Amino acid sequence: MGRVVLVTGISRDIGRRFARAAAGDPSIDRVIGVDVVPPRGDIGDVSFVRADIRNPVIAKVIAKEDVDTVVHMSVIATPGSAGGRGTMKELNVIGSMQLLAACQKSTTVERLVVKSTTTVYGSSPRDPAMFTEDMGPKRLPSSGYGKDVFEVEGYVRGFARRRPDVDVTMIRAANVIGPHVSSPLTNYFRLPVVPRVLGFDPRLQFLHEDDLLRVLRHAAVSGIPGTFNVAGDGLMTLSQAVRRLGRPSVALPSFAVGRLGATMRQARISDFSPEQLGFLTYGRGVDTTRMRSELGFEPRFTTAEAFADFCRELSPAGSRPTQGAGRA
Amino acid sequence: MPEEARNGTQDAVVIPIGTGGRPGRGSGSARPSSAARNLAPSAKSASKPAPKSSAKSSGKSSAKSSTKSSTKKAQPPRAEPEAAPTQQQTAETPPTTGIPVGEWLSALQGAAHEVFGDDWERRLAELMAFVRRRLEGDYEVDDYGFDRELTERFFMAALRPIAQKWFRLEVRGLENIPAEGGALVVSNHSGTVPLDGLMTMLTVHDHTGRFLRPLGADLVFRLPVVSSLARKGGATLACIEDAERMLSGGDLVGVWPEGFKGIGKPFSERYKLQRFGRGGFVSAALRTGVPIIPLSVVGAEEIYPLVGNVPSLARLLGVPYIPITPFFPWLGPLGLVPLPSKWILEFGEPIRTDSYDSAEAEDPMLVFNVTDQVRETIQHTLFDLLRERDGVFS
Repeated sequence: MGRVVLVTGISRDIGRRFARAAAGDPSIDRVIGVDVVPPRGDIGDVSFVRADIRNPVIAKVIAKEDVDTVVHMSVIATPGSAGGRGTMKELNVIGSMQLLAACQKSTTVERLVVKSTTTVYGSSPRDPAMFTEDMGPKRLPSSGYGKDVFEVEGYVRGFARRRPDVDVTMIRAANVIGPHVSSPLTNYFRLPVVPRVLGFDPRLQFLHEDDLLRVLRHAAVSGIPGTFNVAGDGLMTLSQAVRRLGRPSVALPSFAVGRLGATMRQARISDFSPEQLGFLTYGRGVDTTRMRSELGFEPRFTTAEAFADFCRELSPAGSRPTQGAGRA
Repeated sequence: MPEEARNGTQDAVVIPIGTGGRPGRGSGSARPSSAARNLAPSAKSASKPAPKSSAKSSGKSSAKSSTKSSTKKAQPPRAEPEAAPTQQQTAETPPTTGIPVGEWLSALQGAAHEVFGDDWERRLAELMAFVRRRLEGDYEVDDYGFDRELTERFFMAALRPIAQKWFRLEVRGLENIPAEGGALVVSNHSGTVPLDGLMTMLTVHDHTGRFLRPLGADLVFRLPVVSSLARKGGATLACIEDAERMLSGGDLVGVWPEGFKGIGKPFSERYKLQRFGRGGFVSAALRTGVPIIPLSVVGAEEIYPLVGNVPSLARLLGVPYIPITPFFPWLGPLGLVPLPSKWILEFGEPIRTDSYDSAEAEDPMLVFNVTDQVRETIQHTLFDLLRERDGVFS
């Protein structure tokens, strides 16, 4: 008798791919995908249940399907895809609260895996070089994705206290990058001319999309409780990344980059949020010792390799994009 | 067009007397030369019609313009012979311009030899490879953003002449720096601009081959340009987490516990150590069990004598102080040139901390005692060195 896994946020590409990969795992019996809209791609053996995690229906789904493992990955980073910041916040925070409430009521749930992000650490000049899991942000995020994730993590910790019998694994993933990822950061690197903050060269750390899927599956199968930073080995600086990308970049003062980001957001070219400006100014590094020692996970891609894989998709056949005119 | 121009100017240029003009000119009577003298002021008006006609065929127009100008001045005999030599001249000039390619090559070779020394070919190739790697982003940075290659090949190379020729660094007690393993170098801080930190980094690298990893205040990481240079040069934020991470990683870490109080103190208080922070560096050393190496730097106080401060402006800009020295801002950029004081760096005997266990790092009394010990050591060494030195600049 294998496990029954419930995956939230399956309409998004990464959720769908994780659900498919999990369905192929021999130790997993059934995978149920939940979202408000049906996934667009092929979901294979995954059974899709149309349910909104923001209302109590989700509890019924869990009870009916005898779900024992819940993988929560529907905390979204961009308001654009959800239709506004208000909806995004509701999806992220209220959705997570409802899901946790349902899990708390459930008698079958044994494991909870939450895909969180290193964005919770924030980015500031007072940051240590490497964040460990015990550290918090130097400044509490006041808005946006960072705040949502911070609150969701708080609720998850509360749930872990109330239900000590459930193994709660929180995966703080570094910026996920890869050929299929569409995130604020990958969209940023896809810009024809990459704007940089003048005089700052942030350190970046990437996690390859395949590694994200692997670590979530690893967490769902092994059920090791705790909070873990997950990132590829090594770091690279933004200037280095842009050079490896082979795209032209332009250095602008911080306020101009913020202005440009707001304009691009309005024009729906790229989701360039204020916390991303902070990230692109000060950068961030996370310590992944615990990922190896406790979680027992080894990423296949280093930061540089993950980025190289992303670059390959961007410039096919190794040709350098000319003047960035290719993307309109 | 060039022909035209030459033609036009030729009318004017030929004129000067006593230049030993072409044969046949000025022979006989003085008339032509006086007419030529008259030509000089009207040269401009003469050359004007030339560009207009230049749009047409060049060969014809040259003749035309010459005739035009000549008719204006009513000097048909002068203009005609003049046109011929010009043509000749233009035909002559090309072979004389330029240096043969072979000579260019040998000159370049000589220059490369001069710049790079005997094995210039290999070193030039290395330099090209370095530039290529930089442009393609094909280099590594460590967890703190330290760019070893850039630091070694660029920052250090730029600082070395300043250290050797300008400040004439004298280094003592190098044997106190361990060849490997973590250690904490604690130094006094002075000089308005943290040049002493840079010079210490260079000294440690040049004499021991190890990189000193400085811990910087958060202001350093807030300022544009400075922050990226600091990270690339191996610095990281002065916080307990980073200090312990570096020390337990076996790095040689440098701290300046006086911070801005030390570096921005008025010239009248030179060589008086300020409070040594809260002793965070000591507890980091105690917890990781690495030795503390006291470093006393003499000479850095005099590079920019701080005689004044503009606290209101400093507060507005969010920096600890706006320095006023006898030369800055009065002399503008020239005031930024540091005074060439003679520097002495003395590394003291390491203060061992491995006899304490890490629980004792939580004992504030012990931390304060060790902090005082380090501070006293540096202060006494400073006084000794000051007594010893002959003068500030010698």
